[in-house]
Amino acid sequence: MFRFILRRLLQMVLAFFGTTLIVYALMFAGQGDPIQALAGERPVTAAQRAYLTQKYHLDQTGVGGFFYRYLDYVKNLLQGDLGQSLTGRQIGDILQQAWPVTVRLALIALAVAIVFGVTAGVIAGIRRAGIFDNSTLVLTLLVLGIPTIVLAPLAQYFLGVKWQLFPPTAGTQPSFYALLLPGIVLGSLSLATALRLTRTSVAENLRADYVRTARSKGLVKRRIVSVHVLRNSLIPVVTFLGVELGNLMSGAIITEGVFNIPGVGFNLFRGIRTEDGPLVVGIVSVLVVVYLISNLVVDVLYAVLDPRIRYE
Amino acid sequence: MRVRRLAAWTALPLVVTLGLAACGSGGNGGSSGSGQDAAVSIQIAEPQHLVPTNTTETSGSQVLAGLFSPLVDYDAQNKPYEVAAKSVTPSEGNKVWTIQLKDGFTFHNGEKVTSDDYINAWNYGAYAPNGQGGSYFFEKIAGYQDLQGEKPKATTMSGLKKVDDSTFQVTLSEPYIDFKSMLGYTAFYPLPKAAFSAPGVLNDSYEQAPIGQGPFKMKGTWQHDSKLDVERYDAYPGEKPKVKAVEFRVYQQLTAAYSDLQSDNLDVLPTIPTENLSTAPTDLGDNYQTSPMSSFQFLAFPTFEKDYSKPDVRKAISMAIDRDEITKSIFKGSQQSARSFVSPVLPGYRDNTTGAAGQFNPAEAKKLYQAAGGPSKITISYNGDGGHKDWVDATCNQLKANLGVDCVGSAEPKFADLLTKVEKKQPVGLFRMGWVMDYPSMEDYLGPLYSTNGSSNYYGYSNPEFDRLVKEGSAAPTEEEAIKKYQQAEDILAKDMPVIPLRFGENVYGHSSKVKNVQMDLFQRVNLVKIEAAS
Repeated sequence: MFRFILRRLLQMVLAFFGTTLIVYALMFAGQGDPIQALAGERPVTAAQRAYLTQKYHLDQTGVGGFFYRYLDYVKNLLQGDLGQSLTGRQIGDILQQAWPVTVRLALIALAVAIVFGVTAGVIAGIRRAGIFDNSTLVLTLLVLGIPTIVLAPLAQYFLGVKWQLFPPTAGTQPSFYALLLPGIVLGSLSLATALRLTRTSVAENLRADYVRTARSKGLVKRRIVSVHVLRNSLIPVVTFLGVELGNLMSGAIITEGVFNIPGVGFNLFRGIRTEDGPLVVGIVSVLVVVYLISNLVVDVLYAVLDPRIRYE
Repeated sequence: MRVRRLAAWTALPLVVTLGLAACGSGGNGGSSGSGQDAAVSIQIAEPQHLVPTNTTETSGSQVLAGLFSPLVDYDAQNKPYEVAAKSVTPSEGNKVWTIQLKDGFTFHNGEKVTSDDYINAWNYGAYAPNGQGGSYFFEKIAGYQDLQGEKPKATTMSGLKKVDDSTFQVTLSEPYIDFKSMLGYTAFYPLPKAAFSAPGVLNDSYEQAPIGQGPFKMKGTWQHDSKLDVERYDAYPGEKPKVKAVEFRVYQQLTAAYSDLQSDNLDVLPTIPTENLSTAPTDLGDNYQTSPMSSFQFLAFPTFEKDYSKPDVRKAISMAIDRDEITKSIFKGSQQSARSFVSPVLPGYRDNTTGAAGQFNPAEAKKLYQAAGGPSKITISYNGDGGHKDWVDATCNQLKANLGVDCVGSAEPKFADLLTKVEKKQPVGLFRMGWVMDYPSMEDYLGPLYSTNGSSNYYGYSNPEFDRLVKEGSAAPTEEEAIKKYQQAEDILAKDMPVIPLRFGENVYGHSSKVKNVQMDLFQRVNLVKIEAAS
């Protein structure tokens, strides 16, 4: 097990440098005029242009300039310095404020997906073609069909503004209650997918040979389902949820915007809109780490669930 | 054994979630308290900077308007009157301006406001290596040029001279009649000594909790992306605010703020989002309001291109556009049709200066267009991120129908991309532009936009007669004579039509039922001294 984890960690280092290089290249290749973008529709004075160009090494152009800036960036990154955004704020500070709230939001969403999705999936899988199964199928189809950009404002309007069950926006230091609605909205998509994955997987495993054996051996149904079927059925669900955690962190752009939560997605959106290269690359680099770690956790969980993978 | 371990794995995220979630503090509401003790909340976007000379966008300027008191402000006719200044007196010929400060103004840290605080702040703002966004406002002051370039010759402007602690003199490089109006702009606030760590070097932490001399002082520091709290400064000698505190709450999306406004979680929303314009009057009832604002939207011609070099072609296109129809159907009446080159909020504004060229007349337009030999295909370029697609497409459809030409709207990702193309003289066809004034003066509309070397003259328009008139206007000895010259200059624009005026903006704003007397100024800022709690 130790060697397995070590090998994965070494792969992570390579993946980290590869991805940051690509993101860095994409961001700066696709960049128009970041200084003008920062000023919006106003003219930029020559003095300000010169000042910002020098400050962010934007005068280093071409392939050589690109690597110069990338190496400079990586050097600072390894010292734990994410640099400054184009507005002059420390990106480290921005992230320090943005992470806690995003992590909480993502975990609420994930918890919603696990608790309701997996449970309902197991029940639907066992009672295949029953009323519960059919109704959850229709419901998940509905949820999967409605994009967040529609679902979030609708939920906000009806539950927040019209019936006033939840606060319409979460704001800065949101309470658990204020985060609940955005969490459910964010989690609903993964909930639907998790439910369908679990259902199919459980239904399939229930037909497997080892279940028939267990049944003929006289094991009670509860034990067959909870120990044998569930364990084998969870492998695809764990893969999905692990990757989903990364998605929830970075993919909360819409939800965070609608509910005014100043998290990572919120900042990423602003960075992209104002062509704030350093900010976007900074956030994405950290997101890459989140993905890598959640992938590692998924792989370790695999190994726990299925011994064959461990001894590969 | 195995089952338990599995249970532990699934339980872990749950426990972490609940634990983390439990750490959160309570929610936030709208206004609290009543009468003099009330606190109100106002929507802003995250300000880019909170140093007066570096703040050029609305949100930052809204916050600074609470923390600072300007030398002059504008009355109902948009004429400047003294606030922090006792008097602003021009010399014969409007070249040397003597500014006397009122007694009793102190910074929030107790420092007395002196003329040095203005001189230091302005020199800091003008000094190019400081990279201040509002630097160009000091252009008109003598010696500004010496502070430009990578290695400037001087660190202070020769045009600023201290007379005594409450008086200083500003010498301009050329006479300028509207200099007093200009002093109302954000860039001309003073900075306390505490703002500088060394002469000419701004303290890094100043921006996180700006110290001003205005009616409100900072409560705590700038909480980025979330909010800025200010409270009443009791030693302020001017008109006292009617509320105790103001929370400037940062929203990334206006629609989120609109939801909060509807449920009384937010008190003032200075701009109703476009999506909600049609329902807002019913949603908000009496709390939905409009007031004049200075923005001006227009279509510009690349006059350097052969197709659009003839004024008749430009006039014909203008006549083929039904402004009223577009204003009504697309902007739901939240903007006004424009038929002049300066905003109606200004002294010197005249209705309908474009004359016949501004009137919708499809038959005449087509005749004129064909006689002048206009191009058979028209492109209108715009920035795709600003919600301009609808009206550009509508305009194109009108041109197609009324002129019998082919017309397409072409979106550039950002305004900056559009400007870059225009500067390189790439064929973009007509392009959209907008203008918001910095201070109420006709010169602010005419000079930068149409002068031969104007900072925002992207259309290559040049008319020596026009340049002369604007210059004479700036140098005119009295306000009346200046306006006369500016109006003559505007008449030349009407003849040449380098751009088509389309719409003048309005503030369209809403407030909760917890506040009253909400007024907005021409710069989209809430008047923080007038706002009151509805008891």
